[in-house]
Amino acid sequence: MKNKKRLKTETTSIFFVSKEKEPLLSKKNRKLLTDPMDDNNPITVQVLGICSALAITVQLKPALVMSISVMAVMAASNVIISLLRNLIPNRIRIIVQLVVVASMVILVDQILRAFAYDVSKELSIFIGLIITNCIVMGRLEAFALGNGVWKSFLDGIGNAAGYGFILILVAFFRELFGSGKLFGYQVIPDSFYEMGYVNNGLMLLSPMALITVGLIIWIQRYRNRVLIEKN
Amino acid sequence: MNRDSNVYTFLFATLMVLIVASSLAFTASSLKERQISNVRKEKMQNILATIGIETEREEAEALYNKYITEELTLKEDGSIDPEINAFDIKLNNELRKSYSDQRFPIYVASVEEEKYYVIPLRGKGLWDAIWGYIALEEDKNTIKGAVFDHKGETAGLGAEITQQWFQNRFLGEKVFDSQGSLVGINVSKTNNDPKDLDKDDHEVDAISGATITGDGVTDMIKERLTHYLPYLKQEKSIVALYN
Repeated sequence: MKNKKRLKTETTSIFFVSKEKEPLLSKKNRKLLTDPMDDNNPITVQVLGICSALAITVQLKPALVMSISVMAVMAASNVIISLLRNLIPNRIRIIVQLVVVASMVILVDQILRAFAYDVSKELSIFIGLIITNCIVMGRLEAFALGNGVWKSFLDGIGNAAGYGFILILVAFFRELFGSGKLFGYQVIPDSFYEMGYVNNGLMLLSPMALITVGLIIWIQRYRNRVLIEKN
Repeated sequence: MNRDSNVYTFLFATLMVLIVASSLAFTASSLKERQISNVRKEKMQNILATIGIETEREEAEALYNKYITEELTLKEDGSIDPEINAFDIKLNNELRKSYSDQRFPIYVASVEEEKYYVIPLRGKGLWDAIWGYIALEEDKNTIKGAVFDHKGETAGLGAEITQQWFQNRFLGEKVFDSQGSLVGINVSKTNNDPKDLDKDDHEVDAISGATITGDGVTDMIKERLTHYLPYLKQEKSIVALYN
């Protein structure tokens, strides 16, 4: 299934090479932003970046910071690779992509450590693990290498937003049912607990993230029939 | 130039590495001061928390200077080594040295005429290092406060040692038994005192699902305090306080 999707993005990217000047947010460009939110969502459709979706969705705040960090890394590295796309030697292009992604991630990590120390402590190794997030490399290879700077930028933002949207959705349910809080603030009133309501400790563990993602996929496919594979 | 030639590939790679390395080195060194000061302030914040002073990170330094009266570096026999700055000691490095070369920091605080001794801790959890600070009251026996932190304990289980409710269980517990020998605090799974009302049992209730992290805390407190025995017993005998 993954291959099929990649083929699809490749054909669209060829389709995008048009000569005439088009407005910055033309219909096609807008689609670059909206497509990954639903039809081509990196997590629920392409099933990429699952690892971090399990690991940092216990609470909303780290999930939000992670999404923003991934967005910064993806947009920046997509732009850089797109700028260099006619210069990069084909044989070492994966290495070049890795170097670019890795240095962007280190930058984000350093900046967080200097300006948002608490958050960087909370995310700890997961910032470093953005390097291994398949979505980032996938977009570089499938899109930025063959498209212009502005389109690549939009593609990076769009895919990161699609990733972040699912991350935040999962974190919302996990924090709400796991600890009765949202962004660290108690939202389930004490009277519920007095009546015998108990936080679901299972929600704090990674398997429940997978199950939540599964439920989201279910709802998405129920709503959007195009996504259902035909046997 | 041919993009697939070996020369071009090498040139590209060399240039790329040079640019990336120098720009990363530049950002790292220009942010370094800020990062180090964050770590310093966090340490001060943790030390202050053990003596019951909660503060924002930005105000930590001023309050630290106000309440912490002495930073002492102790040798193995409990005497003071004036050459080493206690605040800069990294326990992790000290514990790797041979026993006689190890130096341990102790912070003496004074809050409203009360004197406290803050001892840094470091040990092993389930996945990685755990550390913390523990403050003893003037009798050098009763725990005034404890703060724990960890590098990679399981979220929701071992990582709960950083939570206030767990750390509060240590308040008022005693680290020496009535004979004056060190027992530390046992993070116990068979504690019959889940509300931790009995403050003389040297036990606090463990966290379910975090047995190894809990044992790590137990060992850490006992091991680290052992190093401070000569100093703690020096001025006033603990036995004397009991008799």
